[in-house]
Amino acid sequence: MTTPLAEVASSPSTLRAFLHGLPGVDRVGADARAAMLGTRSIKTTAKKQAIDMAIRMVDLTTLEGADTPGKVRAMCAKAVRPDPGDSSVPPVAAVCVYPDLVATAVEALAGSGVKVASVATSFPSGRSSLEVKVAETSLAVAAGAAEIDMVIDRGAFLAGDYLKVYEEIVATKEACGRAGGAQGGRRAGGAQGGQGAHLKVILETGELATYDNVRRASWLAMIAGADFIKTSTGKVSPAATLPVTLVMLEAVRDFLAATGRKVGVKPAGGIRTTKDAIKYLVLVNETAGPDWLDPDWFRLGASSLLNDLLMQRQKMATGRYAGPDYFTLD
Amino acid sequence: MFEYAPAPESRDIVDIRPSYGLFINGEWVEPQGEERHKTVNPATEEVLAEVAWAGEADVDRAVQAAAKAFPVWSAMPGAERAKYLFRIARIIQERARELAVLETLDNGKPIRESRDVDLPLVAAHFFYYAGWADKLAYAGFGPDPRPLGVAGQVIPWNFPLLMLAWKIAPALACGNTVVLKPAETTPLTALAFADICRQADLPPGVVNIVTGAGGTGAALVNHPGVDKVAFTGSTEVGRLIARSLAGTRKKLTLELGGKAANIVFDDAPLDQAVEGIVNGIFFNQGHVCCAGSRLLVQESIAADLLEALKRRLGTLRLGDPLDKNTDIGAINSAEQLAKIRELSEAGEAEGAERWSPACPIPDRGYWFPPTLFTGVAQSHRIAREEIFGPVLSVLTFRTPAEAVEKANNTPYGLSAGVWTEKASLMLWMASRLRAGVVWSNTFNRFDPASPFGGFKESGYGREGGRHGLEGYLAL
Repeated sequence: MTTPLAEVASSPSTLRAFLHGLPGVDRVGADARAAMLGTRSIKTTAKKQAIDMAIRMVDLTTLEGADTPGKVRAMCAKAVRPDPGDSSVPPVAAVCVYPDLVATAVEALAGSGVKVASVATSFPSGRSSLEVKVAETSLAVAAGAAEIDMVIDRGAFLAGDYLKVYEEIVATKEACGRAGGAQGGRRAGGAQGGQGAHLKVILETGELATYDNVRRASWLAMIAGADFIKTSTGKVSPAATLPVTLVMLEAVRDFLAATGRKVGVKPAGGIRTTKDAIKYLVLVNETAGPDWLDPDWFRLGASSLLNDLLMQRQKMATGRYAGPDYFTLD
Repeated sequence: MFEYAPAPESRDIVDIRPSYGLFINGEWVEPQGEERHKTVNPATEEVLAEVAWAGEADVDRAVQAAAKAFPVWSAMPGAERAKYLFRIARIIQERARELAVLETLDNGKPIRESRDVDLPLVAAHFFYYAGWADKLAYAGFGPDPRPLGVAGQVIPWNFPLLMLAWKIAPALACGNTVVLKPAETTPLTALAFADICRQADLPPGVVNIVTGAGGTGAALVNHPGVDKVAFTGSTEVGRLIARSLAGTRKKLTLELGGKAANIVFDDAPLDQAVEGIVNGIFFNQGHVCCAGSRLLVQESIAADLLEALKRRLGTLRLGDPLDKNTDIGAINSAEQLAKIRELSEAGEAEGAERWSPACPIPDRGYWFPPTLFTGVAQSHRIAREEIFGPVLSVLTFRTPAEAVEKANNTPYGLSAGVWTEKASLMLWMASRLRAGVVWSNTFNRFDPASPFGGFKESGYGREGGRHGLEGYLAL
């Protein structure tokens, strides 16, 4: 294991000492900072730029018990060509599905450049054995998933068993690499090149509850080798929030400064409007910095957001709002 | 790159008259003298309007109007006075956008601050003291506390309308009448407030507004018909007022300068501390009497904190105050800019190291980039004198006792900030800092229910909260 800072995970006590030695987060201050950045006024050319940027960062997601191959194929078509009437709309970054639907998505997206992400490790609760989690990851990667969105064991984290969480992430990372990313593809860049599937680690911040925990879990995941840290499964309320994302952006910024390794951030769940998405982009711009404003380093996990982005994009171009029936439901 | 397009707030909402008279006895009147003064937009040097400079005769007229209104206003049941104050508060909320734009035009502060800080606090202050007007008997000053009479109030240019609210709201709630002089460079929102008094049908003479400079202020505070003087401004002028009022029956409250310490311990929540430092000294271009102008940082984390702070200063957006994305606006006047420059040059001459982020400065108007001084010693002028600008002096300490010693080692004592995650240390510090307000893991937070005022040369008396009533009651 050559991950930077891996030595802090040499024992439960060193890992605990490291995580508890991180600077605390003052909740009131973090909330105030996120709220202030939420007042930035992004208009005209900046809004156009932000909308296209946001579209390119979307991980278009369906994670329902009722998902079918037909539903996934429809979503893939939308991912490649979000607005059938306007070819200037860029494709989204990836689609995100359950492991058993990865093959369907890979087939539907072949040659498109849109990546397939799969949740794994007994999503969303993470309550299973390590063997099952690793096997599930391997299957998803073997089916062609270029990205794996794993969940951490929140129970272990809250019980203070940080090393267990660490070891699960390391094992999942290994499973991502072992199976070898079948997709890779021409859009592969940044941290992705030739390393097998890209690992996004879901912290489920709604269950971690405190910002101190969010900061510790972020560092824990990064030390264990996460390529991305992701807020939420979307199955727990609250899902992504601005202040939680702020704390995670501070973590990736500081991790890069400390280790030289850059990690991406993905807020997911509850981001439904263009206005919300733009607030996240401002947060990235003024916290981690403009270097993160790229689909390789920042994603938005969402489903209904895309249509609002399309609607606002069309409004910017034509000056008029079209009704919801002018945007496809997928 | 993600460049924010200009997002200026429209100035169409404000209607600035070419010229203003004085507001006396509920009417706009012309001054007796000829002297007039142009008020400019400090961001562009554009002339906004001409205002009258009231002379002694005008001040006398205003004080007489206030004295004439006093018997009626003070005899009115508190619940009735409250109705007027509530009405004023609601009109301020309704006209908040207009007043915010006007404040930004006249003062140079960013619209984000006038919109999100000044105006909400102005309205809150009137609402808060409206609530006291019929409860004075329960405020702890005896069963029937009486007002003083005519209050002569002189306010500064840094928070023009907010300082007006801090002065007028408690005065009226207690049953006093008022003659207020706004600062010479920022009279416009006070003049708009005169219109609000008319809109609220406030009885004539209860509030009078006389514009002018130091001479007008001196005429007001020295007028024999004034029963109470409230002044916010420099320690230098405060001292003059205290001297001239000594031996008179006039009650005096002074809210003066500061050189506050913002103290960061090694266990502080670092990212929020950086925000607090920025908010402490760069909020309102540092034109804040309680600004955290001295950063005292524990030496063991000084390098990390400074690096984070410099990175953060690089993201501050300086420019058009009306742009909704502007963080740092214009310096209020050429005179103030000269003072900031002079002290900054003194800082360099005395051996401190000066740093500013790369920051384009507009061609016209009065501007000063956010500035840090490191290697500052207690003996340097920039560690002792109030700069009243976006200039932060960074000093280090080793132990909590040293932090207290250095923080208190100033002629001022208006505010302080402490950053630590350790509650016992926070309380230990708070009980030893000689400052009117000690902020815990935050800075520059205000609330009408919280008393505000200084120790030592920062003045005496308290404004805000129940304590703020005391200065306007005969006790």
